[in-house]
Amino acid sequence: MATYEEIEQTREDTAVSPTPRRRNGRELIIEGLILASGVSVIIIITLIFLFLLKEGLPAFTSQPISTFWGRRWYPIEETYGLLPLLAGSLLVTVGAVVIAVPLGLTTAVYLGEFAPDWLREILKPLIEVLAGIPSIVLGFLGWVALAPLIQNMGAPTGLTAFTGSLILAYMALPTIISITEDALYAVPKEYRDGSLAIGATHWQTVWRVVLPAARSGIVIAIMLGVGRAIGETMAVMLVTGNAANIPELGLGMMFQPIRTMTATIAAEMGEVAQGSTHYSVLFAIGIVLFIITFLVNSLATRLIGGRPKQRGAQL
Amino acid sequence: MVPKLSIQNVSFDYGDGATALRNISLDIMPHELFVLFGPSRSGKSTLLRLLNRLSDLLPVGQMHGRILFDGQDIFARGTDVFDLRRRIGMVFATPTPLPGSIYENLTYGLKMAGIKDRRVLDERVARSLQQAALWEEVKDRLADSAFALSGGQKQRLCLARSLALEPEIVLLDNPTSGLDPISTSIVEESLYELKQQYTIVMVPHSMQQAARVADRAAFMLDGEIVEVGAQKDLFVYPQDKRTEDYVSGRFG
Repeated sequence: MATYEEIEQTREDTAVSPTPRRRNGRELIIEGLILASGVSVIIIITLIFLFLLKEGLPAFTSQPISTFWGRRWYPIEETYGLLPLLAGSLLVTVGAVVIAVPLGLTTAVYLGEFAPDWLREILKPLIEVLAGIPSIVLGFLGWVALAPLIQNMGAPTGLTAFTGSLILAYMALPTIISITEDALYAVPKEYRDGSLAIGATHWQTVWRVVLPAARSGIVIAIMLGVGRAIGETMAVMLVTGNAANIPELGLGMMFQPIRTMTATIAAEMGEVAQGSTHYSVLFAIGIVLFIITFLVNSLATRLIGGRPKQRGAQL
Repeated sequence: MVPKLSIQNVSFDYGDGATALRNISLDIMPHELFVLFGPSRSGKSTLLRLLNRLSDLLPVGQMHGRILFDGQDIFARGTDVFDLRRRIGMVFATPTPLPGSIYENLTYGLKMAGIKDRRVLDERVARSLQQAALWEEVKDRLADSAFALSGGQKQRLCLARSLALEPEIVLLDNPTSGLDPISTSIVEESLYELKQQYTIVMVPHSMQQAARVADRAAFMLDGEIVEVGAQKDLFVYPQDKRTEDYVSGRFG
């Protein structure tokens, strides 16, 4: 009679060496297609990057790199200081994150944990509809409604970094809310039980257990939401005033007109002569944006934990 | 002797027509290990969850009857349910370490209860881990993530987590499910020590486990208690035909 160990052993043997998979033609074609689509993504991204480099690199050779570190962006005078544009993008994005993240997370927690069923049934679809509003419509709304409001509050003009941040935050909110809520929902019921069973209140359970357990999902929600906002161009162009100057540091910083990198490319690309210095500088801005996005994504991966196996375990 | 828990005519239904518990009456004495056993869906876990009012979380459900804990009705208006759950701890079938280190898992409940003194926390952590027979294995890595423990260790961690609060009653809902025989016997052995200090109500993993660990037991079937008695009476000389059939393995 076979011992327990022997049976286990045979089971393992069959598990590691299954009967050779039959690789018929159909199988090969399907595998080939899947491989091709996977590889094509890599190829396309590489090509885009190469294209960016080809068009943008002349900007770094035709003039000293220190030019880009300048504080003035005056293409007409061949002055291409990127600092004002960097400052503009940074200000608008950080502003949007500061507004959208706390608002989005608290809304998601309310929806997922505290809202009565009937209210959730109403709010959730509404938030999903919000996500579908074209960004230019939001920009328009900002221009018509928000900007006058901000001007009335005492700002020199309504078209400011803050106006842009508000619009971007609004754009990021639906994504942040619905993905965070999904992440909260995915937290196993056992965690809640475990926490409540040792005398924690509902809020303590949410704060100490559910949110940490949903951390990776929440980081993804924020990244996707903010990612949507960072790339946004036209709506921001409409409401930020488009003045390429470095805002004065201080409390009023958010209430000055600025111009972002994306808006600069969009506004000026149509007017430059192909191959000119100005043209390649605009592509150089594209390279800078590319690098920033890459850095932000790597940071996010690190925040999530980096080890995909762990991620499954924590969700 | 005054019962620690007195369950009086308790019925419970989930509101979908199915009655989960029907007219349950039981007295559980201090420092005994009381086992609720029976086939699946007989209402054991439902009854257990009523005892520390985790049943409050159910969106539906109607409860009738009274449950007295040291003579106090735990469903009475004004009961501090969070305090109740500190005094009546619970361990579940699936080990549920919380995100964080081993140390944080153990001090979580204590901090909720307002205990902040580092020395008290350290002392409770050490003692509860010893009681759950886990101390030797983890004493040098309390700062490690609780997810890094093995299944059996996680389960003993959960036991230690409720013991850290120094409850009066420990509810064990199938605490050895999914554990290997060695881990199971470690947990079972620690139960003998624990009942010196606590009162234990347990839903066992199997009928055999029920027979091994019980002081007294109740056989449940379809939301009703068929028979209650001391370990020997129930498993060796059952009175009811259904108990006899179940205990001797004719069904279930």
